[in-house]
Amino acid sequence: MKSRRYIAFERIIKSGVINFGRNIWLAIAAIAMMTITLTILLFAFVANVTFNHTISDITSHIDVSVYLKDSVTDSQRNKLTSEIYQVNNVKSISYISKAQALKDYEAINANNPNLLAAISETDNPLPASLDIKPKDPNQLQSIKDFLDKPEIQALQSDPTSYSGDRKAAIDNITRATHFFQEAGVVGIIVFILISMLIIFNTIRMAIFNRRDELVIMRLLGASTAFIRGPFIVETMLYGAAAASISLVLCAALFKIASSTLQASSLGLLDIGYSNRFFGGHLGEILTLQILIGILIGAASSYTATKRYLKLNR
Amino acid sequence: MILLDRVSKTYNRKGAALERISLHVEPKEFVIIVGPSGAGKSTLFKLLTREEKPTSGKIIVGGMDYERLKDKDVPLLRRKIGVVFQDFKLLTNKTVWENVAFALEIAGIPNAEIKHTVPKVLDVVGLKGKENNYPLELSGGERQRVAIARAIVRQPKILIADEPTGNLDPKHAWDVIKVLEKVNRFGTTVLLTTHNQEIVNALKRRVVTIKDGKIVSDRAVGQYKAQ
Repeated sequence: MKSRRYIAFERIIKSGVINFGRNIWLAIAAIAMMTITLTILLFAFVANVTFNHTISDITSHIDVSVYLKDSVTDSQRNKLTSEIYQVNNVKSISYISKAQALKDYEAINANNPNLLAAISETDNPLPASLDIKPKDPNQLQSIKDFLDKPEIQALQSDPTSYSGDRKAAIDNITRATHFFQEAGVVGIIVFILISMLIIFNTIRMAIFNRRDELVIMRLLGASTAFIRGPFIVETMLYGAAAASISLVLCAALFKIASSTLQASSLGLLDIGYSNRFFGGHLGEILTLQILIGILIGAASSYTATKRYLKLNR
Repeated sequence: MILLDRVSKTYNRKGAALERISLHVEPKEFVIIVGPSGAGKSTLFKLLTREEKPTSGKIIVGGMDYERLKDKDVPLLRRKIGVVFQDFKLLTNKTVWENVAFALEIAGIPNAEIKHTVPKVLDVVGLKGKENNYPLELSGGERQRVAIARAIVRQPKILIADEPTGNLDPKHAWDVIKVLEKVNRFGTTVLLTTHNQEIVNALKRRVVTIKDGKIVSDRAVGQYKAQ
């Protein structure tokens, strides 16, 4: 035996769905606006993920190379390594021997016989090195301070390499990301407000259209939830519809963007990654979209019904 | 069943719509309330359905003290009172069946029970065979009987009929009145307002006359005197 509460809930949902069907023409503006909002939200989200991916991709390649003199002994090297580990912000250190350095060089320049010939004429001029990976590539100062000490300098054959050009690029990307994040948040808020306003108005019109029915419902003793529920269900459906439309729209846009923009890759935004991320998380994105859509719908119709349904009479 | 104790209702400074009305209606009584337009009959009904709150005085209906009634309990109160209006207030986009079932749906009655109850009630008001008609396809008298069916389908203890015959020709008016008498015979307290002198005099029931917001007469077997 179903409880009365459950029966009422079922009927609220049912009449919400019926009203959604009846009011679909009235609802189109609201759904369209919500679709735009959700699309912007989705783009901002994917762009953010992509930026973060690009940054972590580049920063994982940043390192500090300490070139060692050939005269440095194994014990001196081990001592230096353990000392560097004491410095803040050091994630890992790997040793590259002279032989390994030569192999790497040969691998990189396999297509350049002149360079290979030049290096084979002498007795391996490449120094051994320690590759230091920092925890935070923006905070290299502590490592630099340590390496600049005279007694450490004495062990080095060449000036330390900091991957300096890469750091500048990272700074640029980070700045751009922050800017886009801030602009995105403002834009999203504005669009959410506009769509809420439009839904608010749509519900106001729906209430006006059905005022006779609502008066009768009240006089027959319909509870507040029973009068109000269908309106809220109806706008939740707007949200779900808008989310679905938005997802299809975005899928199409990403498909076009990845094929036309990938060729002229800007470096900043890896569209291929965006597309892979979007494709890989379709289920989660749709769920999130629908949830946000439903939330926007419910919040605005809750306010509209509170304001325009004189529920206490 | 219904108790009003020195109830007044004032809408604005011009004067009271009802002034210190005291009225006691026993269970299963059939009371006719008469009086000229603007006498305060509609205000009285609005107080009983809690569409309006009294300015002063006490109202107790079916054991519920309106003073202690919370807003959220008003729907429960209205489910215990059947109401019939002069303008029917039917949902024109629903069939006869759906209009009557609607009152039960609102109250959270299971579908099986609705299927069982609605035909019986439509039979009582003599609308068998009209289940699938829409209100606009019916005559005024039939529409009012749909409204009565809707009002009694939840088996209320009290039925309030505000000028139910006001828009009907004499024959249809009598159909409606007969249904109300039938409902009263089943044990429902009926409160009826009407302008129809002929009906009042033929019914031979208690008649309460309201004029200028006051009860001017209350007779066990009353007559309606033309103004």
